[in-house]
Amino acid sequence: MATEAQLCTFFLGPHYFGVDVLGVQEVIRYQEMTPVPLAPVEIRGLINLRGQIVMAIDLRLRLGLPEREPGALPMNVVLTTDEGPVSLLVDAIGDVMQVDESRFAAAPETLEGLSRDLILGVYKLEEQLLLVLDTDGVISQGLVPGDDAGDGAQNSTSTPNSLPLPRPLESRYDDVQESS
Amino acid sequence: MDDSDELVKEFVTECNDYLDQLDRDILALERSPSDQEVRDSVFRAIHTIKGNCGYLGLSKLEAVAHAGESLLSRVREGEIAVTSDVVSVMLRVIDAVRVVVGHVEANGSEGEEDHAPLIRLISDLQKTGRIAAEQHAAVPTEDVAPRGPESTIRVDVDLLDKLMSLVGELVLSRNQILQFATTPDGAALAAVSQHLNLITSELQERVMKTRMQPIATVWSKFPRLVRDLTNELGKLVRIEMEGRETELDKTIIEAIKDPLTHLVRNAVDHGLEEPATRVGAGKAAEGRLLLRAYHEGGQVIIEIADDGGGIDIEGVKKRSIERGLLTPQQAVRLGDREVAELIFTPGFSTAAKVTSVSGRGVGMDVVKTHISKIGGTIDIQTTRGAGTTFRVKIPLTLAIIPALIVSSAKQRFAIPQVNLVELVLLEGEAAVRGLETVHGAPVYRLRGDLLPLVFLNAEFGDEQPDWRPAPGAPVNIIVLQADDQLFGLVVDEINDTQEIVVKPLQKRLKDIPLYAGATVMGDGRVQLILDVLGIAHRAHVLGRIHDTGSETKDGASDADGDLAALLLVQTEDNGRGAIPLSLVARLEEFPRSAIELVGGRKVVQYRQEILPLIDLRDALPERRLEPRSVAETNGGEVARVVVYSELGRSMGIIVPNIIDIVEERLEILSDTTRAGVSGCAVIQERVTELLDVQGMIRAADPSFFDRKRDAATAQG
Repeated sequence: MATEAQLCTFFLGPHYFGVDVLGVQEVIRYQEMTPVPLAPVEIRGLINLRGQIVMAIDLRLRLGLPEREPGALPMNVVLTTDEGPVSLLVDAIGDVMQVDESRFAAAPETLEGLSRDLILGVYKLEEQLLLVLDTDGVISQGLVPGDDAGDGAQNSTSTPNSLPLPRPLESRYDDVQESS
Repeated sequence: MDDSDELVKEFVTECNDYLDQLDRDILALERSPSDQEVRDSVFRAIHTIKGNCGYLGLSKLEAVAHAGESLLSRVREGEIAVTSDVVSVMLRVIDAVRVVVGHVEANGSEGEEDHAPLIRLISDLQKTGRIAAEQHAAVPTEDVAPRGPESTIRVDVDLLDKLMSLVGELVLSRNQILQFATTPDGAALAAVSQHLNLITSELQERVMKTRMQPIATVWSKFPRLVRDLTNELGKLVRIEMEGRETELDKTIIEAIKDPLTHLVRNAVDHGLEEPATRVGAGKAAEGRLLLRAYHEGGQVIIEIADDGGGIDIEGVKKRSIERGLLTPQQAVRLGDREVAELIFTPGFSTAAKVTSVSGRGVGMDVVKTHISKIGGTIDIQTTRGAGTTFRVKIPLTLAIIPALIVSSAKQRFAIPQVNLVELVLLEGEAAVRGLETVHGAPVYRLRGDLLPLVFLNAEFGDEQPDWRPAPGAPVNIIVLQADDQLFGLVVDEINDTQEIVVKPLQKRLKDIPLYAGATVMGDGRVQLILDVLGIAHRAHVLGRIHDTGSETKDGASDADGDLAALLLVQTEDNGRGAIPLSLVARLEEFPRSAIELVGGRKVVQYRQEILPLIDLRDALPERRLEPRSVAETNGGEVARVVVYSELGRSMGIIVPNIIDIVEERLEILSDTTRAGVSGCAVIQERVTELLDVQGMIRAADPSFFDRKRDAATAQG
């Protein structure tokens, strides 16, 4: 029985995707978003999830699929991550699927315009293929580097006024002198 | 969790408390050896530590504590006098205990250190140290006097953080309800809202209070630090504290611990002089280090004041020039205070030979960086021979901050008010004429100073090559402070001020330098918090006005060779001179007849003020062709004047002709300086003299730069 897995499934255009259900915090309908100017294109904005601020990644853009038709509202699949919740914007939500791990296989060569990098593999179901998404990959790296991404990395060390939040101090002054 | 784990944890916390107390008490004992209360307190603390380790089977620790206790018991009985030796040994005992406790905390073992030598030392001291008279004080025979009830409790910081974020959410829902309350049928709701408002505010205040700690938690380490340092350096220093009970948020306390320690160490090391030097200067041999903390306008001020030698201004100047942080021309321009601030410049001081310049400054830039990280500021007051005071200003708390809400690019943003200096609204005519360009960069003239402008829309990449607003549209300028420099942020609208709850952004968004975080507003929408310094860096406004071209030698030494904007003027013999455009406030033309002579100096009435004038021909006499009277007529009816302004004072320079404004990578060919000229360069294939405007002004009015802070009442 240990070979069963539960996947939360959803649709993106013609594709059928799944992510491990344990990594999903909740699924909610479309929420208003605050766009973040200069952010990578696939980051559609920030959502207020009961006081928590959640970054929403448009999975279509992230996977290189064409944009949703205007007016079609995406759903949010909210994942738990080390850095707090992150939402994936998808077209529609499917069922929670119980799958047999013996049916797991590597992603096929042809995936109709999908980049295979972010697909961990597929489950061959009776009717169709269920693509297993690499959620870590989707969240951690950007598809399109944001404008001045290099600048940003540099600045993150040299903006003393920036973040009015506590940060641990380097304890040895003399060592960190070079960095500023 | 295991029971014994709990016990050990408790033991460690308790021990650390006792050790801190011992540090303080032993030093107090050194100062007033006959204070029976302190003696008892010291003895009780070490006795308790010893008792606890026996209980937990920590034999090593028990041995050390026992040795310390037996020494102390004789001190308490008055059998051994409290000499400096005894105090030092006791401090070593505390250190040894601290080390073992550290090991216990880390891995449950007692560590590898051998404490036998220390124990031997103690027993030797007890034998030889028996010099004191047999003095019998009436000491209660009870070993441990009952302790008073605890006035404080320990609260898990995680729990507090959670409580804090809950309150944050409560504040947000309050804001939401307050919005409903403005609807017409909201009488009852209004009452409820008001109540909720009250409760939330109070709860917020209370919860914040639980996070508050007195500054004494940081300061209590300093007497020991100062004692160790003074012993090492052979100095005499008395440390005094005022406002020990001043409270600060725990995270801030943590954050200022290192910077403050550094400042104290610096004051003892570099600020206070050797006893002999002090006596020679007519001061008491013992230096005084005063720590003060107090509340002022929603902020906490912490002062670290010494009565030492003060900062050697000339030394700092010399050193800054050596290090290439300053050009000689700049150095002359700067006031003492500005020079003192240089010690915060990165690269001002590296570890080598700091003391040789009486300079403070090992890592002072890092001190400043850390303080500004928590939204604080630091400044210096120093008087040669009389001492130096560092004043640190920090906010009370970090989690909830007041912010200005603005709109741009059809979106709202929050700007932390700590960065805010003032708001300027330009309407109608002022909106059209108020915005100028200095060499392509938009500026606004704020009371005579050029304020570089950043257009938020443009920073967001909106297609706005023409930054000028539509004619007649009002211009909102938010004057912001970033790294000691002001710049203006132009936004579409200024909406409101609000207290916001700061939430961090996810990592991928943190890389965008424009944002410091996000918050949720009353209507439930997410808003981004702008990072003022990040915007300034991105827009390259920092240093633009002051650095570009104003220091020609900087430009030359810079490998990349920053482009310098220069104003080219004609000298009378058809030569060429260049003035850094950054020093030019305005170009004016006056009819020659308007120039009057007052007290032998030329002046002209200009903008309801009297503008003193320098004639370039007087400043560069060797360039003069004909006798002056002839030249006066040759110059035509109009005098062309380059106006230099600094902090409310202006001076005009009459030039024969203005040729061009160029942007050049300066290459100084000759350093030959003479009065009024700071060097030579080839510009537009012609040898051009770089005019030393400040030098000329100084020659004409030696006090110009001293009085520049005065009101703009120019004198004739």
